[in-house]
Amino acid sequence: MSGDGCGAPAGGVSVSAATGTQAVVEGRVTRDGAPVVTGYVRLLGTGDEFVAEVPLGEDGGFRFFAAPGSWTLRVLAPGGLRAERSVDADYGQVTKVDVNL
Amino acid sequence: MSRSDVLVDADWAEAHIGEPGVVIVEVDEDTSAYDKGHIPTAIKLDWKKDLQDPVRRDFVDQTGFETLLSERGISNDDTVLLYGGNNNWFAAYAYWYFRLYGHDKVLLLDGGRKKWELDSRELTRDVPARSKTSYVAKDQDSSLRALRDEVLAAIGKRNLVDVRSPDEFAGRLLAPAHLPQEQAQRGGHIPTAKNVPWSKAANEDGTFRSDDELTELYRSEAGLDFGKDTIAYCRIGERSAHTWFVLHELLDQPNVKNYDGSWTEYGSLVGVPIEIGDGR
Repeated sequence: MSGDGCGAPAGGVSVSAATGTQAVVEGRVTRDGAPVVTGYVRLLGTGDEFVAEVPLGEDGGFRFFAAPGSWTLRVLAPGGLRAERSVDADYGQVTKVDVNL
Repeated sequence: MSRSDVLVDADWAEAHIGEPGVVIVEVDEDTSAYDKGHIPTAIKLDWKKDLQDPVRRDFVDQTGFETLLSERGISNDDTVLLYGGNNNWFAAYAYWYFRLYGHDKVLLLDGGRKKWELDSRELTRDVPARSKTSYVAKDQDSSLRALRDEVLAAIGKRNLVDVRSPDEFAGRLLAPAHLPQEQAQRGGHIPTAKNVPWSKAANEDGTFRSDDELTELYRSEAGLDFGKDTIAYCRIGERSAHTWFVLHELLDQPNVKNYDGSWTEYGSLVGVPIEIGDGR
């Protein structure tokens, strides 16, 4: 995990054990059972306020370190594919959200 | 300078792939994105390894910039088309850099890597071979860069635009929500700064909003006084390079500086004023 940048961690986001003091939201995006490797997930707050965005990793995975609260995840993929999921995050929890497009 | 002088769309980029005198450059923090596939003929720049000083906290100096561009085969006469991930944050940062060192013919690809990918346009893993050049950089243009003393002196006098997310502005988060919480010693924002998150300047596909929408956003909604000089900042200076591009290059505001020290510097300074809480 890169420490200084605002960008994606090197090699994309791998879904694995997360730290205990973060409000982590993570998951995988699939289509017909296969990982979607080209696409983006946006983390939106109240009123669709943009908070963050990550590209999907090679396993279709994504991860956000959010604040506690309610969020919307919006998935964008080629071909105009979209999906939205509501999610609640809290410190010390890893909230899993898998999306099948 | 206007939008058509600095911003091109993907069709323009496709039409100029391989054209002599046009160098397409992908700029990322995560350069594995380039390695997995990039616009044909594009070379890559690594935001940190290539553009930052390896020891001091500063960016690569004039000689280092000359060496870098010479090695990558970019000449002074080339038109450099920049694009990248993260809605062009790092490409906009590199754009600011090229301007700082006096490169005039530089363009940004509207929508960057994201729109290119979402449009399912061609990506390749082929890495082009470019002959070395003898690039000559100009002295750094200090009219584009703000350092901390200038930022402190600007409180209450100039427009300060904090382009981070509302939670970072308020001091609830110290970093964007896709990174662990770390960095500056204190949360909050520079007193009198207006919070206009960079993302408000971009559409969902990463393209910039129209000039009219952008003017409405900064002048009417945020209350920026376009008659005053402006300093933009974020956490490390790349998101604010995106906003610098909007204000200085698209909206043609004359005196806009990017404070690349940004919150990681300001929020760790001893004795400086800090405000916390949501924007007004």
